[in-house]
Amino acid sequence: MSDWPLLSLVTFLPLVGAAFIFFIRGDEEVVARNSRSVALWTALVTFLLSLLVWANFDPAQGGFQLVEKAPWLEGLGVSYHMGIDGISLWFVLLSTLLTVVIIVGSWHSVNTSVKEFMIAFLIMDTLMVGVFSALDVVLFYLFFEGILIPMYLIIGIWGGPRRIYASFKFFLYTLLGSVLFLVAIIVMYREAGTTEIPGLMAHNFPPELQLWLWLAFFASFAVKVPMWPFHTWLPDAHVEAPTAGSVLLAGVLLKLGGYGFLRFSLPMLPDASAYFAPMVFTLSAVAIVYTSLVALMQSDMKKLIAYSSVAHMGIVTIGCFTPNAMGIQGSIIQMLSHGIVSSALFMVVGVIYDRIHSREIDRYGGLAERMPVYAFTFMLFMFASVGVPGTSGFVGEVLVIVGVFQVNSWVAFFAATGLILGAGYMLWLYRRVVFGALTKESLRSIKDMRTNELLAFAPLVILAIWMGVYPSFFLDPMAASVNELLAGMAAKTGGTQVALW
Amino acid sequence: MLHIILVFAPLLGAIVAGLFGRVIGDRASQIVTCSLMAVSALCSVIGLFGYVGEPAFKVEVLRWIQVGGFEVDWALRVDPLSTVMMFVVSFISSFIHLYSVGYMSHDKSIPRFMSYLSLFTFAMLMLVTSDNLLQLFFGWEGVGVASYLLIGFWYTRPSANAAAIKAFVVNRVGDFALILGIAGIFLVFDSVQYDQIFAAAEGLAGTQLVVFGATYDTLTVLCFLLFIGAMGKSAQLGLHTWLPDAMEGPTPVSALIHAATMVTAGVFLVARFSPLFEYAPTALAFVTFIGASTAFFAATIGLTQFDIKRVIAYSTCSQLGYMFFAAGVGAYSAGIFHLYTHAFFKALLFLGAGSVIHAMSDEQDMRRMGGIWRKIPFTYAVMWIGTLALVGFPGFAGFFSKDAILEAAWASHNAFAGYAFWLGIAAAVMTAFYSGRLIFMTFHGKPRADEETMHHVHESPLVMTIPLGVLAVGAVFAGWLGSGMVGADGSFWAGSIFTRPGNEVLEELHHVPFLVKLAPFLAMATGLGLSWVFYVASPGLPGRVAGALRPLYLFSYNKWYFDELYDALFVRPAKALGVGFWRFGDQGIIDRFGPDGLAASTMAAARRAVRLQSGYVYHYAFAMLIGVAVLVSWYLLGAGLGR
Repeated sequence: MSDWPLLSLVTFLPLVGAAFIFFIRGDEEVVARNSRSVALWTALVTFLLSLLVWANFDPAQGGFQLVEKAPWLEGLGVSYHMGIDGISLWFVLLSTLLTVVIIVGSWHSVNTSVKEFMIAFLIMDTLMVGVFSALDVVLFYLFFEGILIPMYLIIGIWGGPRRIYASFKFFLYTLLGSVLFLVAIIVMYREAGTTEIPGLMAHNFPPELQLWLWLAFFASFAVKVPMWPFHTWLPDAHVEAPTAGSVLLAGVLLKLGGYGFLRFSLPMLPDASAYFAPMVFTLSAVAIVYTSLVALMQSDMKKLIAYSSVAHMGIVTIGCFTPNAMGIQGSIIQMLSHGIVSSALFMVVGVIYDRIHSREIDRYGGLAERMPVYAFTFMLFMFASVGVPGTSGFVGEVLVIVGVFQVNSWVAFFAATGLILGAGYMLWLYRRVVFGALTKESLRSIKDMRTNELLAFAPLVILAIWMGVYPSFFLDPMAASVNELLAGMAAKTGGTQVALW
Repeated sequence: MLHIILVFAPLLGAIVAGLFGRVIGDRASQIVTCSLMAVSALCSVIGLFGYVGEPAFKVEVLRWIQVGGFEVDWALRVDPLSTVMMFVVSFISSFIHLYSVGYMSHDKSIPRFMSYLSLFTFAMLMLVTSDNLLQLFFGWEGVGVASYLLIGFWYTRPSANAAAIKAFVVNRVGDFALILGIAGIFLVFDSVQYDQIFAAAEGLAGTQLVVFGATYDTLTVLCFLLFIGAMGKSAQLGLHTWLPDAMEGPTPVSALIHAATMVTAGVFLVARFSPLFEYAPTALAFVTFIGASTAFFAATIGLTQFDIKRVIAYSTCSQLGYMFFAAGVGAYSAGIFHLYTHAFFKALLFLGAGSVIHAMSDEQDMRRMGGIWRKIPFTYAVMWIGTLALVGFPGFAGFFSKDAILEAAWASHNAFAGYAFWLGIAAAVMTAFYSGRLIFMTFHGKPRADEETMHHVHESPLVMTIPLGVLAVGAVFAGWLGSGMVGADGSFWAGSIFTRPGNEVLEELHHVPFLVKLAPFLAMATGLGLSWVFYVASPGLPGRVAGALRPLYLFSYNKWYFDELYDALFVRPAKALGVGFWRFGDQGIIDRFGPDGLAASTMAAARRAVRLQSGYVYHYAFAMLIGVAVLVSWYLLGAGLGR
C-alpha cells in the first residue's frame, strides 16, 4: 500500500477525469449530464484517495512523508518531488473535499458550458493538491502559477457583468508577485545549488540576502493572502466570480499565501522573518480593523464576505509570524476553518443569488419565514465566522490571540478587536437578509434549499462543529511538523527566540 | 455520571426539539425539553445534598485543545460554588420551561423556543461547571448566543432584532477584555486551568507585569480584564445598555436569562476568581465602585419607566450592582447568596409580570393597567411576595442577603466601602419606591385599559401558576435555607470561594452598630411608604413632582442619555470610518495609484506609442537613421573601451 505513488494519484486523477469529460460528445443535454456525473465521481474518488493519504500519514513524524521522487529536468537538478507534512496534510484534504462540494452545489445552478466548467474545476483540483504536495520549488511554482489560469477563466467566462475588470485586476496583482517570486527562486537556486524544498530549508542563507528574498516572497504571498493594502483585487474578484469560483478562491487560493509563509519564508529565511515580523503584525492589525469597518458598510453580500475574509486572514498572518506553537498551529487551523466557513458563506449567498439573481442586501429580508433550513445553515456559519466557541472559527482565533499575547500584547489587542467588529457586520448582515418581515413581492414564492444544496452544505456543517468541539483531531497531526519548524528556526537564528519590539 | 446527566440533558433536549421539532410536533417538543430539564433539575437537587461543603473534584469529558503548553479539556468541576450555581440554573430553568408551555401556547414556533431555552441552560451549566477559563469562555459566549437568539425570537419585529444585535455586540466588548485576560493569565501562569492558577496566585501578589506598553501590578491588571468581561455580561454601568432593550424577548426569557441566571455570570466569575481578586486590592476597589454606582444609577432610572418589564430590568441591573460591591468589599459569599435569593424573587417578578401581560392582552405599559387585582388575585399575591423579597422585607429572601451585603459594606476596609454603603442605602430606598409604584400602578386604582381588554382579564392557566407558586415559596424561604452561605467560618464553600487571611468581613458584619442593621429596613419602609403616598394616597403628586424636577426627571426617563452618547461616540464614527476607508482608502488611494493607476499609465504609454506610427515614410526613415547612428557609435565606443 505504502509503495503506491498515492500523492501523485490524488494529484493527477482529476486530470484524467477532465480528459475523459473532454471527449464526451453528443447532445448538449447529454453532455451536461455526463460531464456532471463524471466530474462528481472523479472528485469523489479523489477525495477518498486523499483520505488514504490521511490514513497513511504518521502524526508522530515531523518530516515529509509519502515522498515520491523522480528525475525530471536533470540538467538543472530539478526533480519531480512530492511529499506532505503536518502543515500541508489538511490543505490537501480541504482541496479535494471542496471540489466535491462545489460539483454537488453547482449541480443545478450551472447550465452554460457545463463541460468546460467541470473540466476547469477538475484541473483546479489537480493544481491545488499539487501545490500543497510539491517538494521542489520549480514544481511548486508551476502549480502555484498554474492555478491562476483556470481561475482567470472561471471568473472571465462564468462571471458577472464586470468580470473583465475583475479578472484583469486579479491577474495584474498576482503577476507582480509572481515575477518577484520567480526571481527569488532563481537567486536561491544559485545560492544553495538546489531547488528541493527540504534542501533549501536546510540551507543557511546570509542574513542580508534573506531580507531581499523575503521581500520578493512577501510580494507574492501578501497578494495571495491578501494582506492590507494588497487586498483590493479580492472583493472585485469575488463579486464577479461564480459561486463555485468564490468557494475555491476563498477556500483554497487565499491559503496559498499563508502556506507560502510557513513553507518558504519561515524555515528558509528565519532571520528576515523575525526582522519583518513587526511589519507583518502592523499590516495585519490594520487589516483587521480597517477591513472589518469597510465590511460593515457594504451593500453587496459577496463584497461584505470578501472583506471579512481579509480581516480573518489578518489573524492568520499574525499567527504565522508568532514564534510559538500556538500562533502557528492557530494560524493553520484558522486557515482550515476559514476554508470551510467562508466557502460555506459564499455558498449561502449563492443559494439565494440563484433564486433572485441579486447580491444586494436590500433586495432581501425575512427569508427565515419561507426558508427555515437555509436560515439555520446561514446562522451556523455566521456564528462560526464570528468565532463563537464550539465552532471552528473560535479555535484558530483564540490560539493566535493567546499565542501572540506572549510576544506582544498590543498585537493581541488589535487581533481581538475583530471579535467585536466581526460580530457587528455579520449579525447585521444576517438580520437584514434573514430576519424581519417578509414583505418584498419577489421573495414571496422563494423556495428553501434543494437536496443537492443540502448535500453540499452537510460536510461543511459537520466540519465546522467537529473542528470546534474536538479540534485535537486536526491539531495533533500538525504538532510534530510545527515543532520541527520552530526548532529549525530557533537553531538558525542562534537559539534565541525571535526578539520583537 | 450525575453531573454529566445534569449538564448534557438540556443539550439533548435542545437538539431534539431544535432539529426534529417540525417532525415530532409542538407537544412532543415541549414534553421532551421539559422532562429532560426536570431530570437535570432533580440531579441538581441531589447534588446540593451531596457536594456542599465537600472539596472540588473533576469529571473529564473530552480532549479539546492541546497545543504547545496550552492544554484544555472539556471537563466539569464540582465544588460547592458550582453546585449552588447548578442548582439555581437547573431548578429555575426547569420551572421556566414549564411556564413557557403556557405562556407561548399561541406562538407558531414552539419547538424553536423550547430548543433555545434548553440550549441556553446547557451553555449556562457549562459556564458554571467549567474547570478552566476556556470552557468558561465557551459557556460565556454560548449564553450570549442563546440570549441573542431569544431576544430576537420574534424576528419579524425590527426592535427585537436591533435589541438582539445590541446585546451580542455589547457583550462582545466585555468578551474582548475577557479573552485578553485569558491570554494574560496564560502568559503569567502558563495555564488556563483553575487549579494551577489558584495555586500560584498568592506567589504572584505584588509582582509586576508589562503589558500594553506599561508596567502594572500583575494580578490587578488581570483582574481588571476579567472584570470588564463580567461588566459586559452582568450589565454594569457603561456596558449595561443592552439589558433594558433585551426585554424585547418573550417574558420567560427575561426571567431566566436577564434576571435569574445569565446576567449573574459576572458575579460568579468574580467569586470564582476570588483567589486572584483577593490579592488585587485596586481591582477590588474598582469592582466596589462600579457595583455601587450601578446599584444607584439603575435604581434612579427604574423610578420613571412605564414599561413593566423595563422597571424590573433596571431593578435587575441595580441588584447586580449590589452583588458586585459585595464581592468588591470581600464578601463574595454574600454576593453569591444574593445571587441565589435574587434568582428566585426576580424570576418570580418577571413571570408574574408575564402573567399580567398575558392577562392584559399583551399590554406592557403600566399607564394602561390598574385596577385588576381582584381579577387576578393569585398573580397579585405572588407579585407582592416577589416585591417584599426584593425590597428586603424582614423574613423574605432578599432581607437576609441584602442586609448581609450592606453590613459587609459598612464593616469592610475597602477604599470605596463607605461609598458603597451609602449608595446602597439610597438605592434601597429607590428600590422600595419603584417596586411599590409597580404594584400600585399595575394592580390598584381605576382601570386605565379599554373595556375590551378589561373584559378579557383572566388568571393564567395552571402550567403558569404552578411555577409562580414554586418560585414564590422560594422567594419566602430561600433566605432561611441558604443562610449557611454567609457563615463566618466559610465551611459551606470548602475553599471554593477564597478569602485571604485577614479578610474577616463575614465575621465583622455581625458586629456592626444597631443603626446600621436597622438602616436597610428604614430605607425600605421609607421607599414603600413614599410610593403609597405617590400612587395611592394622592395620585396627582407624581405629575407635579416630575414637573417641578423636570431636568432630573428627563435625565432619569431618558436613561442618563447613554444610548444617545454611545450612538454618537461609537456607532456613527464606526460607520463613517467604514465608508471612509472604503471610498477613500480602497478606491481613492489603493486602487487609484495601484492597479487602476498602473493600467491607466500603461494605456497612456500605449497611446503615445501609437502616435509614433504616423504613417509618414520620412518619420520612419528618420527613426531608422537615428537607430543606425546609435548602434554604430555604441559598437565603436564599446570596441574602444574594450581594448
